[in-house]
Amino acid sequence: MTESTYRIQGATGDWEVVIGLEVHAQVTSQSKLFSGSATAFGAEPNSQVSLVDAAMPGMLPVPNRECIRQAVRTGMAINAQINKWSRFDRKNYFYADLPQGYQISQLYHPLVGEGSIEIVLDEKNPENSTKTIGIERIHVEQDAGKLMHDQHPTMSYVDLNRSGVALMEIVSRPDMRSPAEAGAYLTKLRTILRYVGSCDGNMDQGSMRADVNVSVRKPGEPFGTRTETKNVNSVRFVMQAIEHEANRQVDVLEGGGKIVQETRLFDPNTGSTRSMRSKEDAHDYRYFPDPDLLPLELDDAFLEDCLASLPELPDAKRHRYESDLDLSAYNAGVLTADVETARWFELLLAETAKAAGKQPAEVAKQASNWLISELFGALNKLGTSLDESPVTPEKGAELLSLIAKGTISGSAAKQVLEIMLETGDDAGVIVEREGLKQESDTGAIEAEVDKVLAANADKVEQYKAGKEALFGFFVGQTMKAMKGKGNPQVVNEILKAKLAS
Amino acid sequence: MTDLTELGVAAIRDGVANGTFTAVEVAEAFNANVAAAQQALNAFIVATPEAAIEAAKATDAKRAAGEALGKMGGVPIGMKDLFATKGVQTTAASHMLEGFKPEYESTVSQKLWDAGAGMLGKLNLDQFAMGSSNETSYFGNVISPWRRNDGGNAALAPGGSSGGSSAALAARLCPAATGTDTGGSIRQPAAFTGTTGIKPTYGRCSRWGIVAFASSLDQAGPMARSVQDCAIMLEAMAGFDPKDSTSLDMAVPAWEAGLSADMKGKKVGIPREYRVDGLDADVAKSWDDGIAWLKDAGAEIVEISLPHTKYALPTYYIIAPAEASSNLARYDGVRYGLRDLPDGANLQDMYAATRAAGFGAEVKRRIMIGTYVLSAGFYDAYYTQAQKVRTLISHDFKNAFTECDVILAPTAPSAAFGLGENVDDPLKMYLNDVFAVPASLAGLPAMSVPAGLNAEGLPLGLQVIGKPFDEQGVLNAGLAIEQRAGFTAKPEKWW
Repeated sequence: MTESTYRIQGATGDWEVVIGLEVHAQVTSQSKLFSGSATAFGAEPNSQVSLVDAAMPGMLPVPNRECIRQAVRTGMAINAQINKWSRFDRKNYFYADLPQGYQISQLYHPLVGEGSIEIVLDEKNPENSTKTIGIERIHVEQDAGKLMHDQHPTMSYVDLNRSGVALMEIVSRPDMRSPAEAGAYLTKLRTILRYVGSCDGNMDQGSMRADVNVSVRKPGEPFGTRTETKNVNSVRFVMQAIEHEANRQVDVLEGGGKIVQETRLFDPNTGSTRSMRSKEDAHDYRYFPDPDLLPLELDDAFLEDCLASLPELPDAKRHRYESDLDLSAYNAGVLTADVETARWFELLLAETAKAAGKQPAEVAKQASNWLISELFGALNKLGTSLDESPVTPEKGAELLSLIAKGTISGSAAKQVLEIMLETGDDAGVIVEREGLKQESDTGAIEAEVDKVLAANADKVEQYKAGKEALFGFFVGQTMKAMKGKGNPQVVNEILKAKLAS
Repeated sequence: MTDLTELGVAAIRDGVANGTFTAVEVAEAFNANVAAAQQALNAFIVATPEAAIEAAKATDAKRAAGEALGKMGGVPIGMKDLFATKGVQTTAASHMLEGFKPEYESTVSQKLWDAGAGMLGKLNLDQFAMGSSNETSYFGNVISPWRRNDGGNAALAPGGSSGGSSAALAARLCPAATGTDTGGSIRQPAAFTGTTGIKPTYGRCSRWGIVAFASSLDQAGPMARSVQDCAIMLEAMAGFDPKDSTSLDMAVPAWEAGLSADMKGKKVGIPREYRVDGLDADVAKSWDDGIAWLKDAGAEIVEISLPHTKYALPTYYIIAPAEASSNLARYDGVRYGLRDLPDGANLQDMYAATRAAGFGAEVKRRIMIGTYVLSAGFYDAYYTQAQKVRTLISHDFKNAFTECDVILAPTAPSAAFGLGENVDDPLKMYLNDVFAVPASLAGLPAMSVPAGLNAEGLPLGLQVIGKPFDEQGVLNAGLAIEQRAGFTAKPEKWW
């Protein structure tokens, strides 16, 4: 476990920052938490609203089993306690985006209890930079609708498409001590959710957003009073909000002031937070058990099914890549950071191994290096990403096998990849068309080498007399004669042999 | 020709089925009574004579085609205006929902239409089912067809909240009506009007499409003029509904076929705590009559104890308002129903103005009580405590039912009172439900059957409370009482 050295340097000395996150993650499901309405993002306003979502008189909620299943699987993925008996409570408050006048949530008996997540603070050195962040609970609740203030000069409109969509509220312990830790936590949580498939993690679409609790203290002292900055919707913003809020609190405290427990808003344009409402103005939510719903009781068969449906999770995968595939910690970390990357890599690996007739472990290094340094680099240059890549794992494997067989050189492979990304054509087709095949036939190369050595007999003498730097000259002359298509390895070997004789 | 409006559910169903009369004739007869009584009794908020005729025609056509007519085939009924009816104004007797026409049909009303019933109209009730005298309706008081035998013309309460239902039944405006019972709203009005009604076990009837008052207590049930009619109609109303999470996933028994007034081998419990000081003498006497009748039917009478009875009413008046305060939050002027938007008003102003104008005084009182008992700092002292007491009350019944099969008690502490007599004293009004509320809190089936008239010539009801899911036992004890009480009194027509 690493201790954070992150400190805010105040006039009175160093301050430590204490951070806890409440992450709202939209559950991936076809329909809402308590109704059959669809949940697609970006639909026409009010096109995904049932009578229940609009809270028409006499309408009743019926729990969607899939949403519960996803939350349970998420809990299992963070090694959390799953509560076989939980209950829904009503959180009462009035707002125009909340049709029922209450949100159905879980205050007293959440579905998921204590768990934890391991974060890595230095990808190059994961073994010595891990930290465990405690998770207090995950509960399931309804999302609210959305107010639209730009549709009419004097009125606000309400879009209820989101009303009733299932959210998981994932509440961490106040275990983070720096913006970087909070960023790593959020990133790791997103990774896990995407592996599990319980949330798509699209922060720009609001599928994941965080309430950020921040306080400061002198190291070793008890926790200070915290503020809560609501609805921050990117990792970068969360880190900015923490940095700003921690500095603000230090300024207030060192100026002789007190921190007020309050709710704050983050302004992405300025990177700062401002007060929304203080504790005195806080709502009294009048939580009580929802009498429309029976307690949620889960049986063993359901839990077993949830557990059996979990995929290999990122930490396990990373360790397996290191131990079984002998990948570097860094490579293993990069490849497992996103479920799609890992899936892509595993397909590439399987195809490459098949083409080479080898075990995956034998080609893993080649495949991972190519993916990370070649394909990622090329995609980056094009400003695109793996999921939009015209190069599929199958096509990538073909290219790798051409390299492995010595059909093309490393530099030709870069060229082939560029053309593949442009045209989507297969590597073999491109190699033929562009004439990029390299000559590995020893006879042909020997003939060329003999010619070069014969034409440069003086230099051969000098070489043999000890001027070994001339070796590069011979290689260059041979390659030149072969128009760059000679297999450099074979050329080297033959040259060495001939010059030694 | 017989006056068709004197007939009950079974007689109409059988008469239509065997061709003694047509369903349209029945509907027309009740339509006429509804229209003639509206001015005087105000039992309906909306009459739907066309709907009644249309359903009757469908039944007659089915009969002509030799098809099955359904459990309620040809029976026109009144629908308490708490049930959402598609395309027909549904108000819960509140200004808040005046003009609201749902796009959906409640599960219970749909089941009744599917069983061949037709709708005479939407019956008046206490606003949002909150009241015991039908005096909280935005659409005016319902006047009971009953009058005291003192020669005076004092307008009497038909009970509440299903006061439109009970008045319409007693005045022969319908042979049966739906009711809902949260803390006695079927049983007390039935007792006040010499009619019969049963609140089944919580969960028997789907709550989907019924305007919610207190979700953990609300339960629909039939009101009619005989035990058999209640059994028939309850069969049509009950059944599992996947749209209501609290709905019971159990088969609906054949209650009508199972009716038996033979109480041999049955034990009837008499709860000692219900014999309160100052119990009305006529009520006490009718209770004794009930005991004698059930003994006569072969039952053994045992004294039982329900020790937490005295806490039932205060418990109810914490839990029901708490749930109501939350259930009624949706009436905010944003999406449907009343919107009061004063000039320059912001959202908060609109909420305040809409809810001030839309809700009646009793509804506001209960919202405030409910909001208070759920607030931070009071929640444990009131709501949590009330839930604990509710559990104790359930245990009382559970223990009692180890010694008896059904419980017999009065339905209400008095006969119908005059309109206006209790309106200024909510506590006195609430006391009307003192005998009805315990069974509601425990979710038990309970019914009221007429026992006779008091000294003023007004009906008194007896209450039978049963074990969970044992509607049959309740109906059978009710039948035994009905057969011996020989209650044939009806209000003299003055309207």
